[in-house]
Amino acid sequence: MSIEEAKAAIVEELLMYDDWLDRYEYIISLGKDLPGLTDDRKTEDRLIKGCQSRVWLDSRREGSRLFFDADSDALITRGIIAMLIRVYSGQEAAEIASDDFLFVKRTGLVDNLSPTRANGLASMISTIRGIAAEAAGEDGGR
Amino acid sequence: MDYRKQFPQLEEKPYGKPLVYLDNAATSLRPECVVRAWEENAFRKNANIHRAVHHFSAVATEAFEKTRADVASFIGAGPSDQIVFTSGTTQAINLLSATYGDVAVGEGDNVVVGEEEHHSNIVPWQMLCRRKGAQLRVLPVGEDGAIGLQELDNLIDKRTRLVTVAHVSNVLGLVNPISEMAERCHSRGVPLLVDGAQGIVHEKVDVGALGCDFYVFSGHKIYAAPGTGVLYARKGLMEDLPPYMGGGEMIASVGWEKTEYERAPRRFEAGTQNFTSVPTLSPALELASQMGRGDLDGITGYMLEALAGRKRVHLYGKPSPAARKVPLFSITVDGVHHEDIALILDKMGIAVRSGQMCAEPLMHRFGVEGMLRASFAPYNTLEEAQYFIESLDRAVEMLSR
Ligand SMILES: Cc1ncc(COP(=O)(O)O)c(C=O)c1O
Repeated sequence: MSIEEAKAAIVEELLMYDDWLDRYEYIISLGKDLPGLTDDRKTEDRLIKGCQSRVWLDSRREGSRLFFDADSDALITRGIIAMLIRVYSGQEAAEIASDDFLFVKRTGLVDNLSPTRANGLASMISTIRGIAAEAAGEDGGR
Repeated sequence: MDYRKQFPQLEEKPYGKPLVYLDNAATSLRPECVVRAWEENAFRKNANIHRAVHHFSAVATEAFEKTRADVASFIGAGPSDQIVFTSGTTQAINLLSATYGDVAVGEGDNVVVGEEEHHSNIVPWQMLCRRKGAQLRVLPVGEDGAIGLQELDNLIDKRTRLVTVAHVSNVLGLVNPISEMAERCHSRGVPLLVDGAQGIVHEKVDVGALGCDFYVFSGHKIYAAPGTGVLYARKGLMEDLPPYMGGGEMIASVGWEKTEYERAPRRFEAGTQNFTSVPTLSPALELASQMGRGDLDGITGYMLEALAGRKRVHLYGKPSPAARKVPLFSITVDGVHHEDIALILDKMGIAVRSGQMCAEPLMHRFGVEGMLRASFAPYNTLEEAQYFIESLDRAVEMLSR
């Protein structure tokens, strides 16, 4: 699935629910389905700064593609990061780096989440972007 | 009288749900009388104070100084005690640290700070102690959240220059034994600063009876306009202190060789004061007196029982005969993250606080990452407390499936 297809699918699934609590049920279920990280991978250097809850993000490369694993001690945050992983994990580093990430706005999660949470989301996005930009840069320089 | 009508925000419906505002410890809602006073000051009585001879400068100055008298009377301060206006609790504490602290604390001295303090009553003292080569000593709280008086006695020594503690902690919601602490401090010649940011809202404050030397609070937590704050100092304590900031109305005369300062309190009120907002303290404090406690006793009783009856819920700050509880409840729930609960409650129309609540050392003390806090005001109802508990159950269930 391309980045655009994955985004469209998530936005559609989320907006299917009119009620916020149902949307949260859905996000929580995404969070529960996320494999997460084993404790030994929840290290300080994988921790994303700027979130109220703790979020760890790990990445690896296979050729020019990037794969992400993540975890959080809060379920809704876990669900949000699961959404990001569904869209971006396994994609080309260069494509991730140049993506605008604006689909998170269309999910309604940014406007409707508290600023601390919105900041957390912003931190997650900038971390993913940073990793992708670095990987894409290395590829380009090869 | 229905005081809810004074607070138009209570008519709001976030996400289509009636607002249940339980984040009063962060800031109270604003009543009509305060906003009307602010508007009147801004639209019809606007002038800089203490300066010009024209009519409105006199009107504005009078309103400002009348508020000083109203504040003094609200907290039982005497005519020779000092009431200094600040931008809030944080600035009041920083002011004290930069003036009183700078003079009183030297190398090898120590300052005693409560373990439950808000960062605003920790960091200014930590900064001072670093600068001076002094020691910051921590007055611990017990498992139930209460401060031990014996511990206080043990911590104070010949080099202790100040003890500072919250009247009521913004996390634990227990009323600290201030008058007993003041007695113990004074018997050792040590002054006591009380952070009244929460205490002023729920306790009838009489600085004379409390016996503290300094008492500070913020206007915005007790219905007044944000950006207002009060520093009370017992008479004789501030009169000889150096200024905090220089400039504006804090000077008596300025020369290149020598500048003379105004006397307290104006010595500590440099620059143009918040003359539009400060006078809102008068109607705010009057409303606070009129409203009294509303149904807060009923709410507190209900909340304590409801929380105690939920096995996975832990309450921090348990009342005892020695430590009364104000209607402020910080909890954790086994297996569920506080932030998740807060996000779900938000969608149910309930505003609560989650996180470390500016008291990181206290979070460490209890071994938690953060807590969920519901804090009530006199305009809250028992039905709202019941709705909170039902919604908490529902959120926990959603998050536990
Ligand atoms: C106990 C306590 N101290 C200090 C503060 C800081 O008050 P302000 O931010 O109004 O300066 C607060 C409020 O957050 C508080 O609850």
